[in-house]
Amino acid sequence: MAPEYNMMEMMICVASRYLEDGKTVAVGTGAPCAAAMLSQKTQSPNLIILFEAGGISPMLPQMPISVGDSRTFFRAVMAAGMTEMMTTCCRGQVDYAFLGGAQIDKYGNINSTVVGDYYKPKVRFPGSGGANDFASFCWRTMIMTVHSKSRFVEKCEFVTSPGFLTGAGAREAAGLPEGGPYKIVTDLAVMGFDEKTRAMMIESLHPGVELDKVKTETGFELVVPKQIGRTAPPTEKELRILREEVDPLKVVIGRA
Amino acid sequence: MKVLDQGVNPIFMDPDPDQAREFFRKKTRAMVDKRMTEKEAVEKFIPDGCYLGIGGFGANRIPTAVIHEILRARRKNLGFLGHTSTHDFELLAAGKCLNRLDAAYVVGLEARGLSPNARRYMESGELKVTEWTNYSLAVRLKAAAEGVSFGIVRSMLGTDTFKMSGAKVIECPFTGKKFAAVPALWPDVAVIHVHEADMYGNSVFRGISVADMELSRAAKHLIITAERLVTNFTIRNNPTATSIPFYLVDAVVEVPYGSYPGNMPYLYFSDEEHLAQWMKVEKDPKEFEKFLDHYIYGVSCFEEYLERCGGLKKLKELQKLESLVDKG
Repeated sequence: MAPEYNMMEMMICVASRYLEDGKTVAVGTGAPCAAAMLSQKTQSPNLIILFEAGGISPMLPQMPISVGDSRTFFRAVMAAGMTEMMTTCCRGQVDYAFLGGAQIDKYGNINSTVVGDYYKPKVRFPGSGGANDFASFCWRTMIMTVHSKSRFVEKCEFVTSPGFLTGAGAREAAGLPEGGPYKIVTDLAVMGFDEKTRAMMIESLHPGVELDKVKTETGFELVVPKQIGRTAPPTEKELRILREEVDPLKVVIGRA
Repeated sequence: MKVLDQGVNPIFMDPDPDQAREFFRKKTRAMVDKRMTEKEAVEKFIPDGCYLGIGGFGANRIPTAVIHEILRARRKNLGFLGHTSTHDFELLAAGKCLNRLDAAYVVGLEARGLSPNARRYMESGELKVTEWTNYSLAVRLKAAAEGVSFGIVRSMLGTDTFKMSGAKVIECPFTGKKFAAVPALWPDVAVIHVHEADMYGNSVFRGISVADMELSRAAKHLIITAERLVTNFTIRNNPTATSIPFYLVDAVVEVPYGSYPGNMPYLYFSDEEHLAQWMKVEKDPKEFEKFLDHYIYGVSCFEEYLERCGGLKKLKELQKLESLVDKG
């Protein structure tokens, strides 16, 4: 019998599989950090975790609450600073970064700044933090988020961090280096981006999810390829390590 | 150099390096006793209207005692470097101390959520805000520390973050590629919490530096709060460890547990219960007023705040939660 799991566990397990061994990943707190830790303990033991405040390759004792707390440089190879860490991204040595936001549009742009008028916002969010920097410099950016129509919008009200901006060629025209969004992992599916148009494209549906459900929960028209895959569910091994070693206090996986 | 595009929001501080050099020319190099209380430091170096930067990372190695004193002194119309700021911004928003803000990360407390009161403060529209990113603000400080008028980044290009910034897109004279020029930023005053300092201001912090190397060298005035004071001999005995030399420093304030309720690497972890209490009580403005009276306005000093938060017993618990062991 297949093991039971919740949607947060599903997203973390799926995201962890995209992080290749021997690569570098810049993470925040929460689910992205759990995905990177899980990947280290399953398929990618030499995955290098980086934190924007300066923690380089820590042996995380438990999930950090801040990207600058003590855990982020526990048995690290270096307790550096933000400039050290960000210049590592700038010169092209950081492979993956995880981003999050209130809105994401069909070219993978992200809004984490404001909803409504900038000068008198309806809702003010934190802003870029280091997200715009990561989205500009890292080779492949990833997003883990709940799939809903209010989040997946045709056009972000405010583009905090760049995806493919307005589509093919737009990053290059703006002066951004090669890079951009790679995979979007939600509670319903995995999305990638069309090679030609750079628009968001469905890649695989999670077990039990039908295409119509994904379409209904997306506020724009997704590119639908001829063949859509099925996401492999979390394995028993992944779930055991996630629950026992990565997040035993259920700080993240308890949120689902 | 051709300017191809520019952000629409104001630059709050003059990026002219020669004005800054003129200031630093006159700043004393005397190795004198700079010890004072946080109250004296705020009185002397943080007047109404000045532009302030806070070291550390939001709720990690932050100078809480001085920020509380800024609130108690009812400082108004400050400019603020909203760089990786979490509990520090939450405090300044609680005191309504600001009128202009360079924002890279504000109102959030990372995995803990968003501060309801800081959000209300931002959503009121009463602050002048210019948008940046964490790295581009660090580069603005780095340019200031280097004595040049701007730094160069590839951040922000093509986004609304750029549109709402004060940056300019320029063309590289060598490659013809586009970059964002960001103006040097010399804060009037910065406050940084460290592990150890001598009475002259020679300071040692351990763990990640965040942007404190840049901030300490860019700020015109620098207040150091230290977990403990050490002798000048201790500093000279291990100069490799010094993060900040004395001639950058204007005031030295000894504040044990000075980063509370934030984390101080190697010493104590953050008080997550207290930080959660802040966010909860902020939902109701009236309750929040009472809360602020109890913890900040109604106490005379930082030690009294620590007592109200559980005192030594609580601090010992937080020491146990800290994962890094001090090798001193």
